[in-house]
Amino acid sequence: MKILLVFAALMAAARSEQLFVGDQVLRITASNEDQIALLRALGEQTELQVDFWRDPTTPGHPADLRVPFSSLQAVKIFLESNSISYSIMIEDVQELLDEEKRTMMKSRRLERSTSTFDFASYHTIDEIYDWMDTLVDGHPSLVSKIQIGQSYENRPLYVLKFSTGGSNRPAIWLDTGIHSREWITQATGIWTANKIAKEYGQDPSITAILDSMDIFFEIVTNPDGFAFTHSSNRMWRKTRSINAGSLCVGVDPNRNWDAGFGGSGSSSNPCSETYHGPYAHSEREVKAIVDFILGHGNVKSVISIHSYSQMLLYPYGYKTAPAPDHQELNELAKKAVSDLAAVYGTKYTYGSIVDTIYKADGTTVDWAYDNGVKYSFTFELRDTGRYGFLLPSSQIIPTSTETWPALLDIMVHVLEHPY
Amino acid sequence: DIGDVGLKYHLELVLEDILDNDSTVNCSAEVLYHPGNKNLPPDVQLTIDGELKNTDEADNIFYNRIKSLEKELVAENIPDSHGNMSPEMEPIHLLAWAASGYVIWQNSTENTNFQLAQIKHVKQVKREDEYLEFDYMILLHEMVSQEIIPWQMTVLWHPQHGVQVTQ
Repeated sequence: MKILLVFAALMAAARSEQLFVGDQVLRITASNEDQIALLRALGEQTELQVDFWRDPTTPGHPADLRVPFSSLQAVKIFLESNSISYSIMIEDVQELLDEEKRTMMKSRRLERSTSTFDFASYHTIDEIYDWMDTLVDGHPSLVSKIQIGQSYENRPLYVLKFSTGGSNRPAIWLDTGIHSREWITQATGIWTANKIAKEYGQDPSITAILDSMDIFFEIVTNPDGFAFTHSSNRMWRKTRSINAGSLCVGVDPNRNWDAGFGGSGSSSNPCSETYHGPYAHSEREVKAIVDFILGHGNVKSVISIHSYSQMLLYPYGYKTAPAPDHQELNELAKKAVSDLAAVYGTKYTYGSIVDTIYKADGTTVDWAYDNGVKYSFTFELRDTGRYGFLLPSSQIIPTSTETWPALLDIMVHVLEHPY
Repeated sequence: DIGDVGLKYHLELVLEDILDNDSTVNCSAEVLYHPGNKNLPPDVQLTIDGELKNTDEADNIFYNRIKSLEKELVAENIPDSHGNMSPEMEPIHLLAWAASGYVIWQNSTENTNFQLAQIKHVKQVKREDEYLEFDYMILLHEMVSQEIIPWQMTVLWHPQHGVQVTQ
């Protein structure tokens, strides 16, 4: 019997997946010594290949018997014809094994991630996508991952949804990495998403926000561009869409929105870094967000995160006329910037896009604002040019840490000023 | 405070030593752009109110280190994709920064805002005289157009004689 078990185990090692499909574990209770003897004899029948997980000892004490699928009928008939009572403890051993494997892998992944994910370094797209799954696994009742579309090169466009329930609650949209070379933004996005998940139930502000509102966070908004910054050109900004009739690739996703589209604050030259594209929303990466926000219908704030320059900006970029809510947005920006500076002394300037940085047509926040999203802001994170896009990874956590109170200020204001 | 009269700008600015945040110097400058002739760089008059820190010691250490290299220095991607650079490359980077300042000045208009984005490649060129010579291929980032512009510059440097750029 032992030799057979060893042989079976070796077979199992070779083809472990199929070995226990349909096998059951029976809990058998012998009511007298004769039945105990019968059970022992059953175990000796090598062709049945049963094995006791708990041996029959004395009457009244249950014995547990694993029965291979092929022997099930024979064993049950034997038990019933001898009036030995039994019940089915495990309906399908393989199913249980598979579930256990899944749970083990999940917790291994969790262990790997929560203790070993390095927030202080820059990651590849695969690492970020893997980390998203671990975040969801670690906070299953708060965070879920949705796919809002596909990039030009067919990469999934993932959005993390933070929600404590309700149905189509008023929502805040956050995005990072729309310009792929701005690596500090995706890195800050990861840290911030993790922070939101961690602080729900701890920090009163984020708890209040998530108790009434949802947060949607797209961390890798331009995955094709991001992959390209890793594989080929660290300074790539645009999407990777092919432009008809041109050797130059890509459209500036922050000039492709339908707000002042095609104006002088963008370029009509496909080779330009600010090429607006053939028409508004031509880029799948942009269209996916447009469709999501319009389809949702209840987005109250759009915060789009860029680098570098250390600025907090609000509409408009496409015209000099002040936005109707200019005063309120300006006050809020002023507060946010002040709270950011309080952390490490990092100075930000703030104001409308056109006044503070330059004329820019077809931007995310101008589109959002013109489509009823009042609290639309763009951040330009560190630094002011010393490292520019190549911000040392040692600055990821300080940058994320100082930006957090500014983001909270905006989100709290949105919560407290429903419209 | 920046006041402008036509194309002449008056600037009050504060220089901060990047290697020592607490060390600052007040300056004022007059910048005159020439709208007619785009090829003329702006005129700049700078007045420094105080003194710049003495860097003789660090300069000489760097100078002697390079002079004593057996093979000409060659390096790439400073800083790298993650924003990191080795301590040995820091002076090479600072030198490029100073030299690119000249290039940027020569190519600036009222509608440009250049920054040094990265050194793609640097190669030391052997010289008979006391100067150090480096051939740099740099990337400049122009903020308004968002373009990345590669630029080749040859830089001469000596601790006592300072930086010279021959494009």
